[in-house]
Amino acid sequence: MSEREAMEYDVVVVGAGPAGLAFAIRAKQIKPDLRVCVIEKASTVGAQILSGAVIEPEPLNELLPEWGKNPPPICVPAAHDEFWWLRDATRATRLPTPPQMHNRGNFIVSLGALCAWLAPQAEALGVEIYPGFAAAEPFFNADGSVGGVRIGDMGVAKDGSHKSGYTQGIDIKAPVTVLAEGCRGSLTKQLIAKFRLDANSDPQTFGIGIKELWQLPAGRAEPGKIVHSVGWPLDDCTYGGSFLYHLDKDRVAIGFVAGLDYDDPNFKPWEAFQQLKNHARIKPLLEGGTILSAGARAIVEGGYQSLPKCEMPGAILIGDCAGLVNVPKIKGTHQAMRSGMLAAEHIVATNKPEGWDAKLRASVVMKELRRVRNIRPGFRKGFVVGMLNAGWETVTAGFSPWTLRNHADYSSLLKLGTFEEPDRHWIERTLPPRDRLAGVYFASTQHDEDQPIHLKVPDTDICVGRCVTEYGNPCTRFCPAGVYEMVKDENGLRLQINAANCVHCKTCDIKDPYENINWTTPEGGSGPNYQNL
Amino acid sequence: MKILVGYKRVVDYNVRIQVKPDGSGVVSDGVKLSANPFDDIALEEALRLREKGIATEVIVATIGPADCQAHLRNGLAMGANRAIHVVTSDAIQPLTAARTLLKLIEKEQPQIVILGKQAIDDDCNQTGQMLAALWNRPQATFASKVDVTGNAVRVTREVDAGLETIEVDLPAVITTDLRLNEPRFIKLPDIMKAKSKPLETIEFAALAVESGDHLKTTNYAPPAKRSRGVMVKDAAELVAALKTKGLL
Repeated sequence: MSEREAMEYDVVVVGAGPAGLAFAIRAKQIKPDLRVCVIEKASTVGAQILSGAVIEPEPLNELLPEWGKNPPPICVPAAHDEFWWLRDATRATRLPTPPQMHNRGNFIVSLGALCAWLAPQAEALGVEIYPGFAAAEPFFNADGSVGGVRIGDMGVAKDGSHKSGYTQGIDIKAPVTVLAEGCRGSLTKQLIAKFRLDANSDPQTFGIGIKELWQLPAGRAEPGKIVHSVGWPLDDCTYGGSFLYHLDKDRVAIGFVAGLDYDDPNFKPWEAFQQLKNHARIKPLLEGGTILSAGARAIVEGGYQSLPKCEMPGAILIGDCAGLVNVPKIKGTHQAMRSGMLAAEHIVATNKPEGWDAKLRASVVMKELRRVRNIRPGFRKGFVVGMLNAGWETVTAGFSPWTLRNHADYSSLLKLGTFEEPDRHWIERTLPPRDRLAGVYFASTQHDEDQPIHLKVPDTDICVGRCVTEYGNPCTRFCPAGVYEMVKDENGLRLQINAANCVHCKTCDIKDPYENINWTTPEGGSGPNYQNL
Repeated sequence: MKILVGYKRVVDYNVRIQVKPDGSGVVSDGVKLSANPFDDIALEEALRLREKGIATEVIVATIGPADCQAHLRNGLAMGANRAIHVVTSDAIQPLTAARTLLKLIEKEQPQIVILGKQAIDDDCNQTGQMLAALWNRPQATFASKVDVTGNAVRVTREVDAGLETIEVDLPAVITTDLRLNEPRFIKLPDIMKAKSKPLETIEFAALAVESGDHLKTTNYAPPAKRSRGVMVKDAAELVAALKTKGLL
């Protein structure tokens, strides 16, 4: 077998999201001759980015002071905020907007479009960005340190044999690998385990966000209006809420987030989102409009107490694969960009990962997370306690002498029959899409069917055995794309994985109660092709 | 032997096409653009002919706006020797495209010109045929197999009745069908190498092409939505429903 081809850089960045691109731009600004390469699994930069998103512009002001002269294609100044408590499918009460959720001075953007806009600016500085190539696994040096990444092979058939166009993936070697994969990165997950980076932190916790971009009949949208809601369609014990952002050109972005620490194995996050859209206050806005694009993505929620050690021999973590979202603010982009810029300063100055963790923890990024550390875990005790606790933590600015603990999401499901399922008063809905398969259509997701299934389920005996009786196969419900199906045929029950529908949200990798699903990268360029999400 | 390959940039085949609310066109901002799939097949065939030692040089050419350069670099990364970019920000119709390509033929004197049978944006399927007529050379369209022997090329064509094999003298125009080949994956180091390959830009106006854009688009509209279906309980109800519609 021939030697695997390799390319060498000073730094290789995994993921062309806000963190990775901010890192690359900052690094080249400080040291123009640094050789920086960014690997991105999406077919084009931004196609697998999904976020609300209202962003704080400070890091962008610092990174590209002139950005306002040539703003990203979707960039609407925040006008006013509303915060609603949905009591059921028809009633709603407006609440005072919590202080963290005031958005004056912020911008509503499409984060996907923002990244697609950042990429050429990075390239103009000499950053080499390669979309369509998936970093399939870390590359290790002889001494065990991370030495770069290995790009996945292309042209492998479902059975593992090589198709006619088979192309072996190359190694990209660098003294420093920057992991900027976003929430629950697949390489990050491997490396956290290998280097035990989470030994001194709480388990990471997550939410699932589902979003649609709508084109409305002319005149209905109010550009800059920001509406958040809590309450219905969730029950009191499930954390989550919705966002509704009014963009320009008669478009609105609507989305729904549910904490993945929910305990009901029968809960269906995608259905909850569809319910929300049919609320009496929301449906009239959307009715008659059309969906432009839709998708889903896990969100990292663990914050301060769940932050793993962000450095290891040969590599560092930045952005959401470290876990920097400020949950009460519902924002992570500014944190991701800020961490990328700080990391660039560190790497250029020292040329090594050592010291990054301390630098990050001493930075404003961490200060911001510390302040709000107890708010999200407070909602484990239900909605009312959560709101009271959030009020206390906000008033005291995080000076409570305690830190509430986080627990791993996979462990939170209750077994069937051990609790009474809440009545969420869900209604019959009429807005499209009809079901998850109809919804996946709007993600334009694409995977060559003749490739190995990238969702690895090592022990399918669990699926047809214990899981049926204990949890009723929750994978068939928590996946927002309908990837998992239990099929009964002449050979009995079996798990069918419709991997081609996968939108790379990573929920299955997080929520499976037996930790029996491992999300790996499919062939480069596969996956959703989001437009302006 | 030189081969000239037409390499058009279109909205990617994975993108769900959306008509602008005012009907003036389709949404193209924030939308992924990539090579017309039939043109990728054309380039692949040209590269295979070069690898067989039949051709010595493969040139990719495109007509499009300034930012098409990245698109041509992909063609170079796939393996073309050099690229020609005819720069215009206007959308070009097939006759104008054919006249422009003819100018490039006069300049480059290729023995074979390979184009996609059609582009997936307008689905015209005209440029190859028009070019052959303007050039006054043979055409072999909808190719699913190409064999070059000496000064002729034997082409298997996908036609309505099945497969048809014809032999034409070179120089000639070939247009590709879907089953001709499967384009290769681009390798990362080749993207690097493509950056230093020659890419010539020519202003469209400098070619003094007589415009053949005689079609005017008045309006774009999405296909009419299917109305909701009705569920019936049994055959009797179905028959009754069909009768009330006057279908039985």
